[in-house]
Formats: sequence, structure tokens, C-alpha cells
Amino acid sequence: MLIPPPPNHPRPLPAGEPRLQLLNISKRYPGVLANDQVSLNVMPGEIHAVLGENGAGKSTLMKIIYGAVQADSGQIQWNGREVSIANPAVARELGIGMVFQHFQLFETLNVTENIALALPPDTDLKTLAVRVREVSEKYGLPLDPERLVHALSVGERQRVEIVRCLLQNPQLLILDEPTSVLTPQAVRKLFETLRKLASEGVSILYISHKLHEIQALCDRATVMRGGCVTGGANPRQESTASLARMMIGRDLPVCHAPVYAGEVKAALEIDSISRPKDDPFGVTLEDISLTVNSGEVVGIAGISGNGQAELLAALSGESTGRSDSVRIAGLPVGHLHAGQRRDRGLSFVPEERLGRGAVPSMSLTQNAMLTAHRQPGLSRFGLLDFKAARDFALRCIERFDVRCNGPQAAARSLSGGNLQKFIVGREIMQAPKVMIVAQPTWGVDVGAAATLRQTLLDLSREGVGVLVVSEELEELFEICDRIAVLAGGRLSAAMPRNETNAEQIGLLMAGQAAAASV
Amino acid sequence: MSLLTPRTNPSKLMQWAAPPLAILATLLTATVLFYALNKPPLQAFYVFFIEPLETENGWSELALKASPLILIAQGLALGFRARIYNIGAEGQLLMGAICASGVAIYTDGMDGDWILPLMVLAGAIGGGLWGALPAWLKTRFNAEETLTTLMLTYVAVQLLAWLVSGPWRDPGGSNFPQSIMFSEPALFNALFEGLRINSSVIITLLAVPLLWLFVKRSFLAYQLAVGGQAPSAARYAGFSAQRTVWISLVVSGVTAGIAGAAEAAGPVGQLTLSLSPGYGFAAIIVAWVGRLHPIGIVFSGLLMALIYIGGEAAQVSMQLPSAVSWLFQGMLLFFLLGADAFVDYRLKRRKPFVIKEAQA
Repeated sequence: MLIPPPPNHPRPLPAGEPRLQLLNISKRYPGVLANDQVSLNVMPGEIHAVLGENGAGKSTLMKIIYGAVQADSGQIQWNGREVSIANPAVARELGIGMVFQHFQLFETLNVTENIALALPPDTDLKTLAVRVREVSEKYGLPLDPERLVHALSVGERQRVEIVRCLLQNPQLLILDEPTSVLTPQAVRKLFETLRKLASEGVSILYISHKLHEIQALCDRATVMRGGCVTGGANPRQESTASLARMMIGRDLPVCHAPVYAGEVKAALEIDSISRPKDDPFGVTLEDISLTVNSGEVVGIAGISGNGQAELLAALSGESTGRSDSVRIAGLPVGHLHAGQRRDRGLSFVPEERLGRGAVPSMSLTQNAMLTAHRQPGLSRFGLLDFKAARDFALRCIERFDVRCNGPQAAARSLSGGNLQKFIVGREIMQAPKVMIVAQPTWGVDVGAAATLRQTLLDLSREGVGVLVVSEELEELFEICDRIAVLAGGRLSAAMPRNETNAEQIGLLMAGQAAAASV
Repeated sequence: MSLLTPRTNPSKLMQWAAPPLAILATLLTATVLFYALNKPPLQAFYVFFIEPLETENGWSELALKASPLILIAQGLALGFRARIYNIGAEGQLLMGAICASGVAIYTDGMDGDWILPLMVLAGAIGGGLWGALPAWLKTRFNAEETLTTLMLTYVAVQLLAWLVSGPWRDPGGSNFPQSIMFSEPALFNALFEGLRINSSVIITLLAVPLLWLFVKRSFLAYQLAVGGQAPSAARYAGFSAQRTVWISLVVSGVTAGIAGAAEAAGPVGQLTLSLSPGYGFAAIIVAWVGRLHPIGIVFSGLLMALIYIGGEAAQVSMQLPSAVSWLFQGMLLFFLLGADAFVDYRLKRRKPFVIKEAQA
């Protein structure tokens, strides 16, 4: 068998009948009602946005439609018939495709082989390669079927996922936060593809919390908050502010950046770090230099996998090098390990919260010790004072509004956003001279993200040098004084925010990445 | 498709209920076993678990056996928590016994209060070195410590065999592979008249609260625990992974070495081939059954000692083979690991594929 034939060709639908209709879907997890009587319908050829913060229940709902999770109650109607979607295979058979936020590709296989994995085992690879090329050209998703996946950029990997879905002739395509890793230019290309698909009658469910994208792309939006549908709207007729109100229930907070009046001196100096990659899928750092002054926030834009992990490890001390390659407040620290750099005034919030920034099974009190043990009173004569650590954790929880069951709660019991607040809080409370934060608001809800950004701004205005590494351009433009781009292991010059724009940064992100991936 | 899926929130209660459940399962299986051997199970259990505790001598033997098991298991647990799996405590124990015996043999005929402490110190050094060797191999060559510690155990066994049948053999011992009997200054005193229990158990009594304090409060133990549970977090915080390896292996080597010295200078009183009835291996089970917790280990050590003594009694009074007590040890660990698996994971039943169609 070659390519699965278009499965159960759509019964001609009576005009005005939805392709997918959800009726009163509910799903309860221990301690949380993820979906509460959710109803939703999607018409053929419609681009339908599902808008909501993290934890609003969007992902659960999509997993129910895709058969990865079973609803406790409620009905799913597909092309007018009630169906029970027991697993993703059933969903695919019905004609439902899903592009996940985190790609599920094997790096050592080429594009065709990766796609074949989702198809029946007797699929002929040569014919498939031809089909891949056809489909990818038809929808403006240029792809070389022979390329190995590890050599592809993130945008290209996403195309593989989309082409994989398209080969199964879906009638409904679900995309979960598809633009979080794309440059502004790649986002525009993706939108063209999606519009073309919609014009051919494919329905699209588009999950996002980025309001301007939804306004640019979607015909209709369903807004969710706390597991419930809080409204439906035509996003083109709404303002960003009114959509935000529906999504978070109040006005979107804005950050303000006061002028720094204190003394300006170099807080963090990075002096021509070059480092060959240490694993085959790593990135080689090439001659990276940057200075972060006290009183300013510097941002490093770029898509993860362009040297971000390697650079952060070199700065935090998880990997070491020449002593003068990194200086904190003038002191060479490049040869020191992470703990010694912290002793000299460095704080660091890593991208991975569970397992790196915090020990999952340990309590918040114990996790406070991870870096705060050097604070006075927390340890003496090699013994730890867990009562003092508990007080420290408690102060952190209160000051940074961490929602949890108190300091004895295990780190893994917190939501991603709350754990992030705890880790950022723990690092800020050490009174650092330099604060490095990776993906500060990744997975954090909109309201808390604004608070976190403001916290970082305020910290910098107290004379701390703040370095933010982020994939979110809007975030960087909101809080940074200067922005540099890390692409293909090279860092561009840091440009003052008001002398650059998203378009230019996007080109830097893409241009150098493309040159490096050849 | 995996049959076992991890539980998001393993129950704390079940983590502690697992050892009693494993003991229960062991007893049930043993019942079947005793039936198969044509021995009345109730009598067998009585001989195994009750009879030894009816005499003063039984309690004395229990303390004597539990003492090395608990001491070694405390050291091992420290490493296990850091995911450093030293399974060669038996070899470290023998090296400790060898070094301590060396002191006793070369000071034979001398008198002084310093001899016994020197023996314990020599035992600690011997065991510590035998733990340091795998630590060096791991940090230098990334050699798996489970293999190196186990293999070094056989080296220690052969070294012991050579010593007691060669240079250290008792000239007046009619060619038995054993050293001279140690003289008075190289022996721990008996604590009570007529019982074998001696002052070496005091070492364990002191070590338990000290290690408990170390585990609960020390920064070092905290670093070891972080390194074991989340290696990336340890790197992030700047805790050295190499130091974790060294401390785990050397400390467990030292405790095993002291236990070996205490055996030689305690109940055995000389260096022999059969110095240890597998304490180093049994202590691995003791550590796990005690949930790697300093107090839990005390209880599991007492239980394991009871199995040892009960096994000896059952051999004598019921003609049960000595393998029965090994079976008890093996089953206990087997059932515990099984119970642990179900505490952390649950069995996932696959749902059948159904496309339900509503009535048109």
C-alpha cells in the first residue's frame, strides 16, 4: 500500500452544518476541573482560534479531540455523527491531524523516513518522497525529502510535521502554539499555507495566546478561562485589549521602564567565547562578546538550538573555560564553576525548571537551599538550618505570589508558572550583581508574566545587570534596553531597542541560521 | 507500548507500607515452601522468628548480627541516595578485617589500650581504600562502580584466602586456613558474663545518631541527595559530581571496613576464611528495606539478623537446609522491589479501539 487513501471521504454536509461539534465536554483531573461543560463548533474551511492562558484548558480540549485523552462527559459530533475517539489512531482515521508544539521527529532519520513512521509499515519510500515534494510545493512548504532532520531549522521541522498531517488528507488540522519558535517572516509563510488549506475546505483549530496573530489569521475565536468557555468573538472586530480582558478577566498589565540614574559600570563582560560543540547535535559558539552594564536589561533573541544552551552553560559556570572569558563586576570568573560564580554575585534562572532549576521531589524549603545555602544564617559548620530555609522559602512565596501548599510542597506539585516565580524569586533574593534569565515567562500565564517582567526591570534599575535570553520577541521589546541576536552560534551586536525593530531582528534570526545550517 | 506508566504523585503512605507488604508476601511464599518441604509452616515460623527471642542468648546473638548489618547499610544508604551503587561492601568489610587483623597479629604479645583503637582505624582505612579504588576508576575512567566494587570483592576474598593459608596461618592451628587467636588487648570485651555480645556494638550505637544527624542536617548529605535525584540541578548549583562519587564510595567503604574490624576483633576473634556470612551483601537488602532511612535501617537490620539466627536454628532443630535463610533474604528484596515498582508505576490497561456510531 502506498499512501492511505483519503479516509471516509466527507459526506456532503448540509449547508451550515459544522464539521466538528463539541457539546458540554468535561474533564476532571485530581484537584482540577480542566474542562467544564465546554461547547464549541468548527465549520468546514474555518480557521478557528482557541484563545486562553496556560492552564485555561486549551491543551486538554485539543487532546480530547485528538483522542489522546478521554472526556469524562459530553459529546463529540464529527460531520454530523456522534463519535467516540478512543485514541489518536482513530482520530487520524476520521481525518483529524495535529501538529504538536514539541516536534516528535527523529534527528538521525531523513524527512521521508520520519514521515513514513506515521504511515503503514509497507509504505514505499521512493513514491512517498515524490508525494512529500508534491504536497510541500503545493502548500508553499519547501522541503527536501532527503535531508536529515538534525540539519533542519526549527521552521523546517515544523513543515515536516505539517506535511506529515497533510499526507493523511485531514479535514481538521489542530495546531498547538505553532509560532512560538518561528521568526516573524516564517510566521507569515505559515499563515499563507493555512489560508490556502482553509480555502480548500480544511478546518483549522489554532491554539495560541498571541492576540495579534489571532487577529491576523482567524475567522472566529473561542476564549477559554479556568476550564470554561468565557466567550466567542470575531477577532477582527475586537481590539487586543478587549480580547485580553476576555482571556484573563481584566486589563492586560503593561510594564514601565524607569530611567536608571545610578552609576553605570560593566556588570557582566563576555570576552570572545569560542567553544567547539561537545555533542553531534550541539552548536559551536563562535567568538561571542557582549557587555551588560549595571542598570540595564540586555536581551538575546533567537530560536533555541542556536547556541543558547551552550552560551548559558558557559555563563553560569556549568561549563568552564578561559578565566577572563567571563567577568563579573570586573573579576575574571571564566574558570570557576557554578557555585564559585554565585559566590561572586551571579544569579541564574535556567530554562528547565524541573530537574535543573529545582529538584522535582524535594520541597520548596529544600529547593531554596539549592542556591540560597550561601545566604547568612542558612548554613553553619557544614550543617544546614532548615528552619531558616523554611523562612526564606516562605518570604519568597509571599513576595512573589507563588501559589502552592506552603514551603513543604514538592517542587513538582507546582504549575510551571508558579515554580518559575519561585525560582526567579529565590535568585533575586540573593541580591545578585548579575542576573541571567533564560525564557523568563515560558509557560507562565499572561498576568504573572507581566509581573515577572516588571520584577526584572525593577531589579535592573537597582543597579543589577540583567541578561534575558528569550524566544519571545515581544517580551524582549517590552523590557530590554538593548537586544542582540544569537543565531548559528554567533552573536550579533547589541542594538538599542529604539534603533531596531522586530523585522530586523527576525532577519538576523533567520539569515544567520540559514547560513549556518548549510 | 509500555505496560507500566509512572504515577504522577506516588503515595507517601505506600512508600512506607511497601516493606511490611514485602515481608507479608515473603511469609506467604515461605508457607507454600514449607508445605512443599513437608515441614509444618507454623512451627517453622516459630523456630525462625519467635524462638530466638525467648532467651538472653538469642537477644545477644541478634545484636551481634544486627550491628555490622546496620553499620554497613548506613554507609551504603548514603551512596544509594546519591545513586552511587556500591555493591562491594563485602569486599570492603574483608579488607577492613584483614587490616585490623594485621595490627592484631603484629602486636601479638604486646599490651596497651591503643591496640584495639588502632585496629578499628586500620579497618576503616582498609575498607576506605577498597572503596576509594572504584571511586578513582569511576572519576578517572568512568568505570561503572557496580562492576568494579563487585569485582574487587573477589580480589579481597582471594587476598584473604592467601593470607590465612600462607603468611598469616596459625603455626599451631593444624593447617586450618585461619590466623592465630587474637590476644586480650586486640579483642572487644564481653558486655555481659556468659554472652557473646561485646563492646563492638557500641560503635554502631554511636554511628546511627551521628549518621542520622549527617543525613538530616549536613550540607554534604544534601548535595549528595541532589546529585542523586537531579544531576542537572547539582551541576546548576555547582555541586561537584566527582566529590559525590568519592564521598559515597569512601564513606561506605569506611563503615564496611569498621564492621569487618569489629567482626575480627569481636565474635570471631581471629582472621578466618568464613569471617563474614555475607554481611556486605545482606546489608544492601537492609538498606533498601529500611528505605535508605537511618532509623528504618535499624529495624530492617534487626529483621535481617533475625532471619540469619532463625535460619541457623531451623537447620539444627528442623533439618532445613541453610539455603532457606538465603531464600528469605532474596524473596524479601524481590518482593520489595516489586512493591516499589507498583508504588511508583501503575499497570496500564489498553483501551480497545471503538468507533461508536449514534443511532441515525
